[in-house]
Amino acid sequence: MTQKRRSESASALPKAPTGITGLDEITRGGLPARRPTLVCGSAGCGKTMLAMEFLVRGAVQFDEPGVFMMFEENAAELTANVRSLGFDLDQLMKQKKIALDYVHIERSEIEETGEYDLEGLFIRLGHAIDAIGAKRVVLDTVEALFAGLPNHGILRAELRRLFRWLKDRGMTAIITGEKGDGNMITRYGLEEYVADCVITLDHRVTEQISTRRLRVLKYRGSAHGTNEYPFLIGERGFSLLPITSLRLDHAAPAERLSTGIARLDEMLGGQGVFRGSSVHVSGSQGTGKTSIGAKFADAACRRGERALIFAYEESSAQIVRNMRSIGIDLAPWLEKGLLLIHASRPALSGLEQHLVAMHDTVKAFRPAVVVVDPISNLTLEHSETEVMPTLMRLIDFLKQQQITSLFTSLTTGGSGTSAPEDSQVGVSSLMDTWLLLRNVEFNGERNRLIYVLKSRGMAHSNQVREFVLSDAGIDLVDVYLGADRVLTGTARVAQAAHERSAAELRREDHERKLRQLAAKRKAIEAQIAALNAEGEAEAAEVKFAIAQETLQEKTTQQNSAAMAQLRGGGKGGNAPKKGPR
Amino acid sequence: MNKTKTYELRLYVAGQTAKSLAAFANLQRVCETHLAGQYRIEVIDLVKTPQLAAGDQILAVPTLVRRLPHPIKKIIGDLSNEERVLVGLDVQPVNE
Repeated sequence: MTQKRRSESASALPKAPTGITGLDEITRGGLPARRPTLVCGSAGCGKTMLAMEFLVRGAVQFDEPGVFMMFEENAAELTANVRSLGFDLDQLMKQKKIALDYVHIERSEIEETGEYDLEGLFIRLGHAIDAIGAKRVVLDTVEALFAGLPNHGILRAELRRLFRWLKDRGMTAIITGEKGDGNMITRYGLEEYVADCVITLDHRVTEQISTRRLRVLKYRGSAHGTNEYPFLIGERGFSLLPITSLRLDHAAPAERLSTGIARLDEMLGGQGVFRGSSVHVSGSQGTGKTSIGAKFADAACRRGERALIFAYEESSAQIVRNMRSIGIDLAPWLEKGLLLIHASRPALSGLEQHLVAMHDTVKAFRPAVVVVDPISNLTLEHSETEVMPTLMRLIDFLKQQQITSLFTSLTTGGSGTSAPEDSQVGVSSLMDTWLLLRNVEFNGERNRLIYVLKSRGMAHSNQVREFVLSDAGIDLVDVYLGADRVLTGTARVAQAAHERSAAELRREDHERKLRQLAAKRKAIEAQIAALNAEGEAEAAEVKFAIAQETLQEKTTQQNSAAMAQLRGGGKGGNAPKKGPR
Repeated sequence: MNKTKTYELRLYVAGQTAKSLAAFANLQRVCETHLAGQYRIEVIDLVKTPQLAAGDQILAVPTLVRRLPHPIKKIIGDLSNEERVLVGLDVQPVNE
């Protein structure tokens, strides 16, 4: 069964997978199968852990039992040490998957006289291998024999024979060795005998921060990564930063995700950011970066997705408390297991180790959204050239998993007088969307502004918005554009009030005018009525006068007629004839 | 000559090799000369009983283990140097 897998995995050289995250990728499939590999490094750099994990994973995952022959620790110590990594050696020994043998020589007890060889060691190892049908062997650290046995000539000859013997028996073996001085890879020159594959481990301290690194120095007959790779011995064992991320072939989904802030989504083409993209939020102190991050995570949890926050400034409890003050309640999500806040001190370890830890946490939690708050703390001690490749690995790793990420970063330079675009340039070029938060100091107060500096692959607003944090949560408000600057905060409110009162005045003015008009119209109407009345009165008088005159005339006529009658005749001697009278 | 001490000795070998035969012969000679009547030798062939190797922490063969008297002492090699064997076993040589 193992034979089959080996022939599948490698074209030329058969390889034995270690099952250790990242290591199989660097070595393109594992250690050389049925050959010894030398793992060397200084004290405390993780040789024993690497060897142990190789053995345990071989026994558990690949059905290859293994023998661990130790020369420094005894079985009880080793069992206790690796239990902290979640390996139960007692159980594995009961199942006959692992055999431990503690080889110890006390120099003071030993007297040397005449010829001898190390057949006893061979017999012990052979016996252990046969007892469990082992395919893998670890010798940790065989160099201890140099201290115990005075005759190094014999010892060297026997070690050479031992490694040959392991090869002949078809054992995939790890032999650990102490780092040597000068040109020597190991203190006693073991590399002379074990020449197929050499891995060096290193534990360096720079600026008081330690970083473990692994390098494949030599791998006969196989291509391998030649860089130094940072690694971590974490809760789940050995972990290397994989190099798959150096490929640039991740899928680009068209699905969009809300940032949790409606107005911000609106600025980003109305739908938010792409799933699997990376968002960079930068700004100076107190511009609300963490709040945006928390809202982003909160929005993911509301959709029922998992969110992971890496906090490098505040503890989990502190974030929950602080976010509650702006109306974001993260506690229920934590209880439901949708949200994980991974808080740690940036100075705890080097950048690389943090990234390895992030890898591990992301792999274990499988979130849809990751928030890192802030990355600038991680990069504090490092130059940008150092930070770029490692951050690129993280971002690409997240992209490959189609995890949407939000990174906040602190820009130095204060209140918008200097250009915040200058800082974090290197990191920002890796990001798809860049939101910039700025403080604007004006009119005796500071206010926050937000704008979208870039957002790949979508229409995005070019507008500056005011970013408001209140009990009700986060909101974006349109700013007022004054004569020479944008107005925010109370200035914005004052301007709004000012505009409101101006409108009010105008409205009142109109009403007054309308009222005046109405009054005038009434006055005119009254005048018209008065004139009408006058006219009617005059007409009545005229009528009356006419009637009077008509009546007088009538009366006169009647009187004349009557007089004429009285004067007799009437026909001949009418009134016009005056003469005959 | 030593008085009432009994030497309990164990010789570990791996098969009937020249070295193991030489060691056994050398041991017998030394014991007869210096510890007559006070010793017991047990020969263990690890090829036949490999499980016994771990108990006395045997790496090199041949190895002679002085189990009694305490403390445990080990002598590795074919025991060809009589003087060093006596030092290793902490035995006063018998004056000749």
